[in-house]
Amino acid sequence: MHIPEGYLSPSTCLTLGAAMLPVWYRATAAVKTGLEAARAPFLAMGAVFSFLIMMFNIPIPDGTTAHAAGGVLLAIVLGPWPAVIAVSVALLIQALFFGDGGVLAFGANAFNLAFIMPFAGYHTYRLLAGGSPPASRRRLIAAGLGAYVGLNLGALAAAIEFGLQPLLFTAADGTPLYCPYGLEVAIPAMLIPHLTLAGVAEATVTALALKYILKTSPDIVAAGDGR
Amino acid sequence: MRRYWLIILAMILLTPLGLLADGTAWGEWGPEDLTEKLGFVPSGIEQAATWWRALFPDYGISGLGETAGYIVSALLGAAFAYLATVAYLKTLARPK
Repeated sequence: MHIPEGYLSPSTCLTLGAAMLPVWYRATAAVKTGLEAARAPFLAMGAVFSFLIMMFNIPIPDGTTAHAAGGVLLAIVLGPWPAVIAVSVALLIQALFFGDGGVLAFGANAFNLAFIMPFAGYHTYRLLAGGSPPASRRRLIAAGLGAYVGLNLGALAAAIEFGLQPLLFTAADGTPLYCPYGLEVAIPAMLIPHLTLAGVAEATVTALALKYILKTSPDIVAAGDGR
Repeated sequence: MRRYWLIILAMILLTPLGLLADGTAWGEWGPEDLTEKLGFVPSGIEQAATWWRALFPDYGISGLGETAGYIVSALLGAAFAYLATVAYLKTLARPK
């Protein structure tokens, strides 16, 4: 769901980029005060993890591909604000060096994958995990479901951004200037692969990775999240 | 910490599995794919397509095969993401 260059109007890119500024600001403040020095190296590892997991494309039967993004696992382990930074770094590197996601669209992609996804997923996880003990089955299922919800809400946000383009921006003769597909095409096209294969992959990776981390080094998990 | 870096290394080596998925993600088509699908390229996409030249487009390295290029891209991307985050953390740690 990396929105390439030119699929969103410059005004859409600018709006979503502007929306991300206070998010990055707040995330930076949270990293500064809330991420203890001993856990800071895991922020860099989180950015690397997010970058890499997005390279594992999953084939979708309609001939397209999709992938997990790791944002909810990072939100659970490091906290949702540090996750904003880690996923944003991954997206920035992807856009600048690998042409995956537009450079102008970086704000939009960060909004979907580095903001909506970790926060939606994290709060779903907290709600479902309740006060369950660390590494309990309920907590791990909550993490998986949170990851599923987070990825799909991120995909939905991307679909809405894509789908609004032909409604808002057309040439005088009605030809679309940017993404040519409206909401009625973009929403199912984005959600079906993520509700089925990519969401399940994201949920599985998140639950298994959290289980492993809670077992081997629970001290890197944010306080209150199973430590 | 070390065990996690070993997992990251394993991920880097396994990234070519992501190449088994043939095709393009929805909404990530290049100009050629769009011409094929629509018969034209929306002008905004055409104009924007070339202003930024990524060094390693589609995680490929010129001169290397697809698989080797993908692994080297994973390694480079991992290094860049690591260094960028460390640089970000360094700027925060500076005395106010």
